[in-house]
Amino acid sequence: MKIGLDDVEDLARGAAILGTGGGGDPYIGSLMLRQAIRDHGPVDLIDVEALGDEDFAVPFAMMGAPTVLVEKLPNGGEMVAALRAMERYRREQARAILCAEIGGINALLPLVLAVRCGLPVVDGDGMGRAFPQLQMVTYHIFGVPAAPLVMTDEYSNAVLFECASAYDVERLSRSLVVAMGGGANICLYPMHGRDAKRSMVRKTISLALGLGRTVREARRSSGDPLGALLAFLRTTPYYQHCRVLFEGKTLDLLRETKAGWALGRVVIDGTGSCAGRRLEVQFQNEHLVAREGDRVRAIVPDLIAVLDAATAEPITTEALKYGQRVRLLGISAAPIMRSDAALAVFGPQAFGLPYPFTPVETLNPGGSG
Amino acid sequence: MSQTLKIGVDVGGTNTDAVLLRGREVLAEHKAPTSADVGTGIVRALRDVLAQAQAPADQIAGVMIGTTHFTNAFVEGKELSRVGILRLAAPATLSVRPLADWPQHLIEVVGGHAEIVNGGYNYDGRPINPIDHTQIRRTAREFRARGVRAVAISSVFAPVNNSQEEEAARIVSEELPGVKLTLSSELGRIGLIERENAAIMNSALLGMAQRVVGSFRQALVDLGIRAPFFISQNDGTMLAPESVVRFPVLTFASGPTNSMRGAAFLSGASDALVMDIGGTTTDAGALVNGFPRESSIAVDIGGVRTNFRMPDILSIGLGGGSLVVADGGRVRVGPQSVGYRILTEALVFGGSRLTATDIAVAAGYAQIGDRGRVSHLDKKLVAAAVEEIHRLAEEALDRMKTSAAPARVVLVGGGSVLIHRDLSGVAELTVPRQAGVANAIGAAIAQVSGEVDRIFSYDKLGRDQALEEARAEAVRGAVGAGAAADTVNVVDVEELPLQYLPGSAVRIRVKAVGDLALGEA
Repeated sequence: MKIGLDDVEDLARGAAILGTGGGGDPYIGSLMLRQAIRDHGPVDLIDVEALGDEDFAVPFAMMGAPTVLVEKLPNGGEMVAALRAMERYRREQARAILCAEIGGINALLPLVLAVRCGLPVVDGDGMGRAFPQLQMVTYHIFGVPAAPLVMTDEYSNAVLFECASAYDVERLSRSLVVAMGGGANICLYPMHGRDAKRSMVRKTISLALGLGRTVREARRSSGDPLGALLAFLRTTPYYQHCRVLFEGKTLDLLRETKAGWALGRVVIDGTGSCAGRRLEVQFQNEHLVAREGDRVRAIVPDLIAVLDAATAEPITTEALKYGQRVRLLGISAAPIMRSDAALAVFGPQAFGLPYPFTPVETLNPGGSG
Repeated sequence: MSQTLKIGVDVGGTNTDAVLLRGREVLAEHKAPTSADVGTGIVRALRDVLAQAQAPADQIAGVMIGTTHFTNAFVEGKELSRVGILRLAAPATLSVRPLADWPQHLIEVVGGHAEIVNGGYNYDGRPINPIDHTQIRRTAREFRARGVRAVAISSVFAPVNNSQEEEAARIVSEELPGVKLTLSSELGRIGLIERENAAIMNSALLGMAQRVVGSFRQALVDLGIRAPFFISQNDGTMLAPESVVRFPVLTFASGPTNSMRGAAFLSGASDALVMDIGGTTTDAGALVNGFPRESSIAVDIGGVRTNFRMPDILSIGLGGGSLVVADGGRVRVGPQSVGYRILTEALVFGGSRLTATDIAVAAGYAQIGDRGRVSHLDKKLVAAAVEEIHRLAEEALDRMKTSAAPARVVLVGGGSVLIHRDLSGVAELTVPRQAGVANAIGAAIAQVSGEVDRIFSYDKLGRDQALEEARAEAVRGAVGAGAAADTVNVVDVEELPLQYLPGSAVRIRVKAVGDLALGEA
């Protein structure tokens, strides 16, 4: 399958929905991808089964502050430099680029790198959503080492990390990001086809494309974009348990930063069928938990998406403000992200939440779908 | 000087409105179709209100003009200059070239020549690269060779440090004497692409701005008005002509803002919803502290993404000229409209199209045109259309509300006659007497502002000192723009902590406004 200029907007919107409030605004990523496709041609998207077991494949992402990325855009060459340094260190040539995070801007950047290097991108990622830290990926859950990690800046300065633990990779690389100006390019979790096949959340790039396309087409046919979105989600392999958890207006918004995290919560005042009720969403870059009083309605790693009530446009935590009319979607995470091993890394406890993980379909048995 | 005479003019796409105010009192009002050359319409409007109020021209203390001229010119790609673009950023940012996302027709008109050269800063002010004078001179000569006379200069994190942009401007001016320049740092706000777009738009309009402002100035001279004049910008405050000549983009979308400010003035409400019903559309917005609530999302103008401060406005297709169509069992009102042709095409004016205005007349609550021409209309159709008009208005208001509590609503615009009964969710509905010229009144009463949008380090300065510095800078900006110092207030403070960065880097936005220091010199 080829991803061309006309697909970029759909992919960006789908990625923003799967960003669950975080992941960075994909706008800059979509500008970069358009330029890369104009200069180098469309992106080749392949199924993970098309990779040979011995084929070397490297995930790519950007790491750092979204605010830095909207100013200091990459030059593109430093992305290639990160891959080349990884290839030199591992003495293997990459056959494909992998995506680590389908939610937000990192859905688009691996495609930019791939098209610049003439490599295909494998359809899938390591989260099926967005998460704030490097160990929070299925690659880690399935025992693929995070290191070596190569980080490059706009001068193509390259620094390589060899660490035994993914947590050390996260901690040490995070401090280098700051020295590199608050945003940097990384290749990490280098692996072979056989590892990709067992550890990936599959098909998420084409799913994101489908999400974006569904919303766009439903808007054009003046239909109901949210209804179309739900109908599409129900046809997918992971996201089939989806519920409109709530509809209302954003009422109260509290933000604070602690140790570089954007923490906060938003209170939504019910309207329509939810009139008289209130729901609170707590976030740490991404939405973590949606609660009505003490009742949990959806919790990480299941996806909580805040969408504009009329257009189904996803709203990031940075763009939240008073008085927005929104609908809140709870969406099931991929089964491989709900295992005990996975929950230990990115379940509620990993974020310090006092609630156990309960699937969105169990929390909302009577909900639609 | 509380009895100062002021004139407000709003030059819209359809009508030119004017009012003459003494203090808070409206002495005269004028509404007529906009002239093709703008200037003639303004002269006519000014002459009319002066005559009505029997006010001598030399008694006028200030003239405030709101105009959509620059917005329309940009969107339509008319009278724009070709722009040379110089971005100080390499090696960063090469992955997205200037004009990346612009519509082709605007690239053809505006696109001169673009270069990304060494330069730019990191978020903490550390340079990405020093600028290279040779590169900049070479680029400037390339601009000259291509006949480019307007240039936009951008740089990474210019809101944190603008000295590279200023140095580059100096070099470009040496190579291109008389060049018209815009620096992205002069237009504020974080977001390189959006800020650069704004700088390019601005440079494209600079030539036209000089002509338009010149024609305004000439209009006043012709009428013997020696008072200063100002032009409204999109946040409801005023720019001096010297500023408009340098920053015409700041006038974008000032129309809805003026209506809302006028509504606040006429109704005395500082917190309310405002609905401006025109001929084709209805704009709904919210007043907070007497100013329009700002939109927090990026705004596209003519298909170009910007991060201008814009009022948060919901536009729906309901107006006095909206076509009314019976469609099976239900009645549709709008979004198609006869627009400015209402005076010939509506039934009550002898035309043959059924409009929302005809419905209001047939239902007996508006007295416009010839009522006999709508007496034949089916009563059920009229009742259903009245319901639909009110339903559309209620829905728009509900979408702009910030709480479920019933809101105070102020109705303005020529189409306000369409609403005649209570609306659900509304505690108090006010239709001021001069509702039709609220936009011109909004222009007349506008204040002046100063704004700051930069990244501060709380670790370095401490929160209190950082906020204090930002406030002081915004207040100085307002005074510099012409505000009387003792009237300046900080109206908006926003702190946005930056994620994933140490040193407690926080983006602070502060806006201060004050009254124009008029006739006190």
